[in-house]
Amino acid sequence: MSELDAFRTEVREWLEANCPAEMREPIRDEDDVCWGGRNFKFKNAAQKAWLDACVAKGYTVPDWPKPYGGAGLTPEQTKILKQEMKRIKARSPLDSFGIWMLGPALLQFGTEEQKVHYLNPIARGEIRWCQGYSEPGSGSDLVSLQTFGEDKGDHWVVNGSKIWTSYADKADWIFCLVRTDKANKYQGITFMLFDMESKGVTTKPILLISGNSPFCETFFDDVEVPKTQFVGEINRGWDVAKYLLGHEREMISGGGAGGDMVSIGGAFAKAFGKNAAGELDDPILRAEMAAFDVDVFAYRAMGERFMDMWKTGRAHPASSNMMKYVGTELNKRRHELVMSGGGSEALEWDSEETKGGARARGWLRTKANSIEGGTSEVMLNVIAKRILDLPGA
Amino acid sequence: MPLYHNDDQAMLKDSVAPFVAEQAPVSHLRKLRDAADATGFSRDLWAQFTEMGLPGMLVPEAHGGLGMGHMEAGIVLEEIGRNLTPSPFLSTSVGAVAALAKAGGTQAGRWLPAIASGEAIIALAIDEGAKHRPDRIATTATRAGNGFRLDGKKGFVLHGHVADMSIVAAKTDGGITLFAMPKDAKGVTADPRRLVDSSLASHVTLDGVEVDADAVIGEVDAGGEILDALLAATRTGAAAEMVGVGQGAMDMTVTYLKERKQFGKLIGEFQGLQHRAAHLYGEMEVARATVMKAQELLDQGSEGAKLMVSVAKAKAGRAANLAVREGVQMHGGIGMTDEYDIGLYMKRDRALAEYMGDVHYHIDQVARMNGY
Repeated sequence: MSELDAFRTEVREWLEANCPAEMREPIRDEDDVCWGGRNFKFKNAAQKAWLDACVAKGYTVPDWPKPYGGAGLTPEQTKILKQEMKRIKARSPLDSFGIWMLGPALLQFGTEEQKVHYLNPIARGEIRWCQGYSEPGSGSDLVSLQTFGEDKGDHWVVNGSKIWTSYADKADWIFCLVRTDKANKYQGITFMLFDMESKGVTTKPILLISGNSPFCETFFDDVEVPKTQFVGEINRGWDVAKYLLGHEREMISGGGAGGDMVSIGGAFAKAFGKNAAGELDDPILRAEMAAFDVDVFAYRAMGERFMDMWKTGRAHPASSNMMKYVGTELNKRRHELVMSGGGSEALEWDSEETKGGARARGWLRTKANSIEGGTSEVMLNVIAKRILDLPGA
Repeated sequence: MPLYHNDDQAMLKDSVAPFVAEQAPVSHLRKLRDAADATGFSRDLWAQFTEMGLPGMLVPEAHGGLGMGHMEAGIVLEEIGRNLTPSPFLSTSVGAVAALAKAGGTQAGRWLPAIASGEAIIALAIDEGAKHRPDRIATTATRAGNGFRLDGKKGFVLHGHVADMSIVAAKTDGGITLFAMPKDAKGVTADPRRLVDSSLASHVTLDGVEVDADAVIGEVDAGGEILDALLAATRTGAAAEMVGVGQGAMDMTVTYLKERKQFGKLIGEFQGLQHRAAHLYGEMEVARATVMKAQELLDQGSEGAKLMVSVAKAKAGRAANLAVREGVQMHGGIGMTDEYDIGLYMKRDRALAEYMGDVHYHIDQVARMNGY
C-alpha cells in the first residue's frame, strides 16, 4: 500500500470515529454553518464536537503548518482529506474569512510573530474576521479607496467608511485596506488589522433585493490602530490585497456551481412529470438543464485541475480570475433554472414549505456573484491583459 | 492523480509537439488536399509516427506496444488537432486498440502487434445513418457455414477505403457482435467521399460478406461492452483533438488581435473583442480540464468514466466550436479566404464535432445517465 493509500485509510477511520451523524446532513439554513468567533453560539453539541475534533487534529486548516494550527498536510493529502469528507457528506467544521482570505495572506506576508499570534485563533475558530475592502464610490475600482489613516507616531487614526463588509455586524476583527499616503495611488495603501470593538467603529446592515443580507456598511470615526497591526509593508498593502483577492475568487468560484454540484436535472426529475420515455416532459427545459449539467460537471473538472495546479504553483496567477468569471456566471444560470424548474412554488416568498422563500431569495442573491469580488467584466479585463497579453488592456 | 501532466507526460509532449508541428503543420494538410490525395493521409508521415512509437502507445506491452494510457494518447491528439494533421491515429491507435485490448483473444493477438508496428490501419464501421446512433445498429450478422454473413450499410467510416481491417458492429440473435473484417473480404464495397475538412470517409456496403467464425472480436452477442470501450476511447480522443483544434484557432486569433490595426489602433485594444477573447479562453480551459478528467477516469477504469466522456465530448464540442467561429469572425474578411488557415480549423472542427456523437447527442446522454 502506498503512503497516500495508507493516509486515506487513516483519514477514513478518523472521520468514522469523529464526524457526528448530525454533521453528515446537508446544510439547511444559516444556523447550520459554524462561523466561530467570540459570540458564536453552537447550534448543538454535535457542531461543537465536530469543530473540537477538527481543531485538535489541525483539520480546520489541513494544509497549514502545524505551529500555526494546521495539520501540515501535503497538497495530495489535503485533496484526499477533502475527498473523504465529501464522500461521507461531512459539513465544513468551520467557515471563516480568516481561513479563506486572511490566513493565506498572513502565511505569505506575515512576520513569524504575526503568524503565531493570528493564525492559531483562526484555526481554532476563536476570532471571526470580516473584510474591509470596498467603499461607497470605489466599486470595482478598488484602488480608488479613500478611507484614510493619519500617522500619529505609534498609531494611526483611521477615518472613513466601507461598504459590502460581509457579516461586519457579527465579526470580531476586521482586515482592512486603508490609504496611508494620499499622493500615491497604488503604493499608498496599508493592510491593517483591528478589533471591531475599537472605539469609533459602527456597522449598519444593508437590505438587499433578496430581502436579507450578510452585508453591512461600516463606519470608522477616529479609530486608533496601533502601528504593529499591519501586514506586509506600510504603503504596500495593495500587494497583500491582490494576493488575497485571488483566494477570495477561489472561494466564490469554488461554490460556483453550487454545493456538491449534483445534476440539476436529476434533482428536478422527481418534481416534474415524465413522459413515456422517462424524460422530463418539458423538452426545452430538459435540454437546458442537461446542457447546464454538462457545464457543471466540466467546471468541477476545471476546479480540480485549478486546485491541483494552484497548490503546486503551476497555475497562472490570473487563472483565479478565470475561475471566478466562469463559476459565477454558471451559478447565476443554475438559479435561473432552479426558478424555472420550481414554477409557481419557487415564487413563494415566506411559506414554510419553501423554507421562507429559499429558492427565490437564493436566486436573487446570486445576482451579486458577478459583482462582488470584482465584476465579470473586470475579470475579463484581467484575463485579456494578464493571460492573453492583449494590448492596451 | 493530479489533473496536470506529470514529468513523463510533459516530456512526451515536449517531443511530440515539435515533431508534429515540423513534420505535419497545416501546410501538410493543404498539400494533400491540393493534390486530391486518394489515401487521405501520408504513409510517409505514418512511418515517422511509427519511428516515434506512437501508433502502439495504447497497445499493451505484451502485444508489442508501450502500454500507455488515454492521457498520453490525448497529448498526441491535441497536437494532431492543433496542426490539423490528417492521420489514422484516432481510429487505429485509440478506438480500435481500446476494443481489441478489451476483447483479447485471437483478433487482439493478430492485430494489436500489427498496429504497434505501424503496419495496420484500422477503420471503425459503427455508424449507419447521418447521425451517430450506435444503439440502432441494423447491420446483421447471421451464421453461415463455419462463420458469419454480414449485411448492411455503414457510413462515416474514416479510412474505410484503405484500412487493412474494419471493426464492424452488427446485430446477432442475442445482442451486438463486433467483427474484424479484413480488407479483402468478398462482398464489401467502400465508396470514399471527400468531406468538408478534406478527409476521406467511406460509405461501406456489406452485401453477404463472409467472415470466419474467428473474426468475432470477443464473444458472439457480447459486443456491447467492447463497443462501449471503443466508443469511450474514440469520443475522448476526438474531444482531445477538438481541444487542439480550438486551441490552435484561439492562438491564431489572439495573435491576430495583437497585429491587426483598424481605426488607428490594434484591434486587440478594443474591449468588445477583449471580452470575447477572454470568455473563449475560459471555455477552452474548462474544456481542456474536462477532457483530462475523462482521460484520467478511463485510465483508472472508473465507473464515472462514461458520464465524463459524454461531458467531455459535449464540452469540447461547444468550446472548439466557439473558438473557430470567433476565429473566423475576428479575422474579418481575411478569415473567409481559402489562402488563410483559420477557415481550415472551422472545417476540421465541424467534422470532429459530428464524429461519434455531436454535442446534442452527448448532452442527451448526460441527462439519461442522471435519470431524466
